[in-house]
Amino acid sequence: MTLLQADNLNLSFGGLQVLHDISFSVDDGEIFAIIGPNGAGKTSILNCLGGFYLQDHGTIRLDGQDISSLSPDRRAAMGMARTFQNIALFRGMTVLDNIKLGAHSYLQTGLLAAAFYWGSAHREEMRLRAEIEDKIIDFLEIEHIRKQPVSALAYGLQKRVELARALAMRPRVLLMDEPVAGMNAEETEDMARFILDIQEEWGITIIIIEHDIHMVMDISNRVMVVNFGQEITTGTPESVQSHPEVIKAYLGTKQAVAAGNS
Amino acid sequence: MNIFLILLTSGIAVGGIYALIALGFVLIYKATSIINFATGEFMMIGAYIFYTFTVMLGWPAIPAFIMVMAGAALLGMLVEFSILRHMLGQPTISIVMVTIGLSSILTGFAEIIWSSDFKSFPPLFPRSPIILGDVIIRSNLFWGFVVAMVTVALFAVFFKYSKIGIAMRATAGDQMASYSMGINVRTMFTTAWALGAIAASLGGLIIGNIGGVQPNLGSIGLKIFPVVILGGLDSIGGAVLGGFIVGILENIAGGYLDPYFNGGVKDVVPFIILVVILMVKPYGLFGRREIERL
Amino acid sequence: MRIGDFKETYAADEAVFRSTTSRFWLGVLFVLLLIFPFIASDYLLYMANLTGIAIVAAIGLNILTGAAGQISLGHAGFVGIGAYTSAVLTNHLGLPFLICLPLAGLMSAFFGILVGAPSMRMKGLYLCITTLAAQVIFEFIFVHWESVTGGIRGLNVPPPSIFGLKIDGEFGFYWLVLPVIILTATAARNLFRTRVGRAFIAIRDRDISAELMGINLFRYKLYAFASSSFIAGMAGCLWVSHLKTITPEHFPLHESIRYLAMIIVGGLGNILGSIFGAIFMTLIPEVLQTALKFFEQFKPEAMAYLYPLQTVVFGLLIVVFLVFEPHGLAEIWCRIKNYFRLWPFKH
Repeated sequence: MTLLQADNLNLSFGGLQVLHDISFSVDDGEIFAIIGPNGAGKTSILNCLGGFYLQDHGTIRLDGQDISSLSPDRRAAMGMARTFQNIALFRGMTVLDNIKLGAHSYLQTGLLAAAFYWGSAHREEMRLRAEIEDKIIDFLEIEHIRKQPVSALAYGLQKRVELARALAMRPRVLLMDEPVAGMNAEETEDMARFILDIQEEWGITIIIIEHDIHMVMDISNRVMVVNFGQEITTGTPESVQSHPEVIKAYLGTKQAVAAGNS
Repeated sequence: MNIFLILLTSGIAVGGIYALIALGFVLIYKATSIINFATGEFMMIGAYIFYTFTVMLGWPAIPAFIMVMAGAALLGMLVEFSILRHMLGQPTISIVMVTIGLSSILTGFAEIIWSSDFKSFPPLFPRSPIILGDVIIRSNLFWGFVVAMVTVALFAVFFKYSKIGIAMRATAGDQMASYSMGINVRTMFTTAWALGAIAASLGGLIIGNIGGVQPNLGSIGLKIFPVVILGGLDSIGGAVLGGFIVGILENIAGGYLDPYFNGGVKDVVPFIILVVILMVKPYGLFGRREIERL
Repeated sequence: MRIGDFKETYAADEAVFRSTTSRFWLGVLFVLLLIFPFIASDYLLYMANLTGIAIVAAIGLNILTGAAGQISLGHAGFVGIGAYTSAVLTNHLGLPFLICLPLAGLMSAFFGILVGAPSMRMKGLYLCITTLAAQVIFEFIFVHWESVTGGIRGLNVPPPSIFGLKIDGEFGFYWLVLPVIILTATAARNLFRTRVGRAFIAIRDRDISAELMGINLFRYKLYAFASSSFIAGMAGCLWVSHLKTITPEHFPLHESIRYLAMIIVGGLGNILGSIFGAIFMTLIPEVLQTALKFFEQFKPEAMAYLYPLQTVVFGLLIVVFLVFEPHGLAEIWCRIKNYFRLWPFKH
């Protein structure tokens, strides 16, 4: 069943055409990867999906509903969560507060209730804390840092906190922009395991942009290759790897792929 | 005599002076992204330096004028070196407040050194008013306008053709790229502060010549904000345009509306225009929105 | 290793004053605050009341500027609106203090929303200048709307009444300002235990990703403006109830800057910091005056330098704190506290 559908996305800045008729659909519960060289427009696709950029034309549907012109916060409330290429945590907050922030959309407390911390506001905060502790902090193994300010954390841990924050949004679709960029082999492996668990145990659909080609091919159900803002091919990791244009445009030579697979 | 014409001409004259002061702000903002709330106090210090050399030490005007520029440049560099250099990468609020703190320090010291009494310069220009057709302008205002416009023009030429000017424009355009082209960004920051302080101090000298000097002369500096928002922060031309718009509008509005409000219209009109403009165009009349990246 | 700090429930872990130690010292402080007016001189009480009003205003500004990151150069204007509202309500309708207080807050909040509305689309320099414009325009209205504000001569108001009781003098006023401080500080602290306060900080730290996290930037910026100016309005009501007279000169740009200085010296985005900052910035001029009085015996004209010296020191404090202690007195306080840790309840 299709959960997210993008049709003919076009985006340009000034005279520069960044996306050119990008179309794809993502099935419920799959891991869908977007790969391509630097500047191919991958992050721009995520930005369009999340609502940070507004495409010039084209439509985006989430679960059949047209969300093409909704603001980012509305899309977030509908279940679009996002992690960023350059870590975008809130540096003035602790790990716990960062994660709690992810839950913003489905919390109810208003300004007045917050000021008085009335019963309902208090109960809501306690429920939230319990939920985060049980489900997210435990799952991502970050108990030991929950009270620390995020700015003091190592890079790999910051990435993990970012993922935790995205999970706290109770997402249906998780957009991940280079989740393992800059990580060492061990951290990469951890992150890949988390991503697979999120798909299997949480049933969350994941759209991922990544340069680490091994990881992408290992974990994705389907892969879309883009270059110069255009789709080159979409398919299973195996079929994509053998596509002649992909080999030419992105992977370089056949040997490189072979080496990659060995 | 035509009231409107009189208001218009004096508006143009005042606007030219605003343009010079705004230039003092824009030079620094463009190169360093720092919102300098002490621009007005740079003006005030410039005026006091002139007063010190001409009245207290009895120097002739021209050498005193050079001392003003030298003193202002020194002050600008000192401020950049001792304070703003430590504020790189700080949030806007901190940078705004540090320059506000600086303006308070300068005002206080000025009062300690020169007292809060009103000081005036020896006459620099012929006393007789300037007559242009139907319109009569006060001599000091007219010559102030001329000096301001010449200074602005000199700055414009400097930026267009001199090596330092081109390097500064490059730095303002893209810091990292300029850095890799071998431009010393640090030096450019210091230079921008020196030049900005010079422009402001000359503005202060002109204002001081028209209306005398007091430690709170710097409060006129607040007028630069409507000027720069209206004219845009991108160019010297913008500062001049903004200066003229604000100068003309406030003079005309003041001239016609003051009787109904017991005065003070002049000081508020630029800000009302500013609010209206920002409501319609949040980045000013000519400002550009930066494309943000994630 | 901190011992005796083990939490059994999340509620205990989320409490504002977590340890027995901090609750003990809070109790001590509270008792001292209750005893203070009975032993303090009238002058000391006057200073305390003045500081108290500044604390309320500073807490308001710290929500907007410190926590939500929206610079405001118009805070004194909002305090002024509250003060004038309260004065007019007292003079014309004879309303008692307890009704004037929230109404003054509401009126300021209304103008806060008006000023905050364009903030959706602007930040940095542009927002800063918009609030500056608001300050200038408010001042103009205070001076020129004579039929309501009394122009430059201002307004006189009778002493505040509460439950029919006239509160005159510093001692009585102390009992008005203290509960308002406690209420405001508690409410502000509560904000930051919930999603509202978190949203403010998120907007300050990274507004773009805040929006992608589901925060409606416009609504929350308006919330910040509204709550900040509501508190400013209450501070204004306290102000006019204390001085019993207002003129436009009480709410100039410089006063806005003074509030900003308080939260910077105290600690941006920190409620405790607002309190420290307000106390510090109110006391410094007094300290200077005392110092100059001392120097008068060596240099008879020393007093003449009081005003400019205050101006210099004011600026120096802002610069020095920003350069050397950007997190303000609250951070210094934390360091001191960590040094003494669980004293006197060390297990």
